[in-house]
Amino acid sequence: MPNNISSSHPAIEILNASFSYGDELVLTDVSLTVNEGDFVGIIGPNGGGKTTLLRLALGVIKPSSGTVRLLGGPPEKTRIRAGYIPQETSSNKWFPISVLDVALMGLLSRRPMFRRYSGTDKQKASRILDELKLSHLKNRSIGDLSGGQRQKVLLARALVSEPSILFLDEPTASIDTLGQDEIYEYLLRINKAGTTVVLVTHNVGAVSTYIRSVACVNRELFYHPDGVLDEKSIAATFGCPVDIIAHGHPHRVYHAHGEHHA
Amino acid sequence: MRTGNIMLDILHYDFMRNALFAGLLVSIACGIVGSLVVVNRLSSLSGGIAHAAYGGLGLAAFFRWPLLAGAMLFSLVASWIMGYVTVEKKERSDTTIGVVWAVGMAFGILMIDLTKGYYVDLMSYLFGSILAVPVQSIIFMAVLDVIILGAITLLYKELVALSYDEEFAQISGVPVRVLYYLILVLIAFCVVVLIRVVGLILVIALFTIPASIAELFTRKLSRIMIIASGLGMVFTISGLFLSFYFNLTSGATIILVAGFSYFLALVIKGMQKKRRPNVSSTSPRPLASPLVLRPLQGRPTERGV
Repeated sequence: MPNNISSSHPAIEILNASFSYGDELVLTDVSLTVNEGDFVGIIGPNGGGKTTLLRLALGVIKPSSGTVRLLGGPPEKTRIRAGYIPQETSSNKWFPISVLDVALMGLLSRRPMFRRYSGTDKQKASRILDELKLSHLKNRSIGDLSGGQRQKVLLARALVSEPSILFLDEPTASIDTLGQDEIYEYLLRINKAGTTVVLVTHNVGAVSTYIRSVACVNRELFYHPDGVLDEKSIAATFGCPVDIIAHGHPHRVYHAHGEHHA
Repeated sequence: MRTGNIMLDILHYDFMRNALFAGLLVSIACGIVGSLVVVNRLSSLSGGIAHAAYGGLGLAAFFRWPLLAGAMLFSLVASWIMGYVTVEKKERSDTTIGVVWAVGMAFGILMIDLTKGYYVDLMSYLFGSILAVPVQSIIFMAVLDVIILGAITLLYKELVALSYDEEFAQISGVPVRVLYYLILVLIAFCVVVLIRVVGLILVIALFTIPASIAELFTRKLSRIMIIASGLGMVFTISGLFLSFYFNLTSGATIILVAGFSYFLALVIKGMQKKRRPNVSSTSPRPLASPLVLRPLQGRPTERGV
């Protein structure tokens, strides 16, 4: 994935942003700077505002106060250079569409309205499916695939436009461990090639092996640029005991709160 | 040879020629828009629009306006109301569709009560009267077909993206709200045209059955649209002939032909599956699926995690 690492601005720059749905405050005074080439994990409890943070970064929603910049500009303008994998629930599983056509959709922002996809677009889509070893499924209907295969197709869709930054919202929620590792390994590879990766997950364990820095979101945001999570920050984020199984050290279990707490 | 004579017999009548034309034109509109209705699960919303249109008919009858203008007005307003509710207050959409559905119908009936001498004519809007389609309606249908074909050709990739993954479409710069409302407006137009042919009670059937059959055998939206249009033509024309020779209500005959074909298609599909159990086929979706639009993402009332 080609990238312009040389540019001086950070990939994401959120300054004192707050957001609420009606009366409900979802994010309070959140600041986050993600450098280009980083691999950030955004973790936190359900309802903590992880997806909201992604939507802010992508300019789908606007902060009620504070500023958001993506790739050095306002997100509505710059998100054309971002790849995005929404939560699986966002797509219509029954929709009659082939794998190739889903991958092509990744070029939607590059083709103006009223225009069709070109032959080059189709080649690009085929190439990325090839790269993700999905070529044999090209003409299959998306509804006939397994959860893991479907998620890889969505990854292909996000990557076909060769984005500088990739956002993933719970990409492995419905996949078995083997499929998860496969996706994480691929993310690691494109990250090493220069793509900034922002990964929303509540799978704290998986995060520790792959990510470089962590942002914990639960209304507020706690940022850990070195990727090290300690008991205190986990407890502060989740507000309840959370066990982390760290990779590397086989089955080392942290107790976020002391045992006496239980 | 006998069938040949029958065909010729029928074509002797002006009203039969008009009816055949109407059937062909309406099938194109319904094949395309009906496919969008089926893949986006908008059938109950379409039913609501159709029944609300009856209120417009009643109002137009009362004030001696052109009937179709009244129907058009009410179905447009109804589609906007329901569009707003499905987008902004999803949890209320099912109820709202029900209310608009019933109130539109009731309003129409009361207006007709207050209008003397229109009863018979308005009955024909309940069950359709393809045999009484005037030439202006046929021109109107042709114009509608051109509009629909134009919209679908220009906006195909956006409509596919919107129907498959709205959130992604939005991020990619597709004006999802505008397109969603455009789909609703197209539904409203089609409903008004369909009311003439099969009547408002049967509108949903002709909207959904051809597209549902097509969906069993292909997995590409454009192909579903083409097949659905073709099937619609077969259903309306064969229904028309049957109703003519057996002296039956045309709208109901058309729908029964369509319904029988749907049943047949399910059986064929089932047999295909049995014969090739290894081929993972397109699993037929039950007709009784959630009828309301799947939630629109990225609106203020809904929140991800």
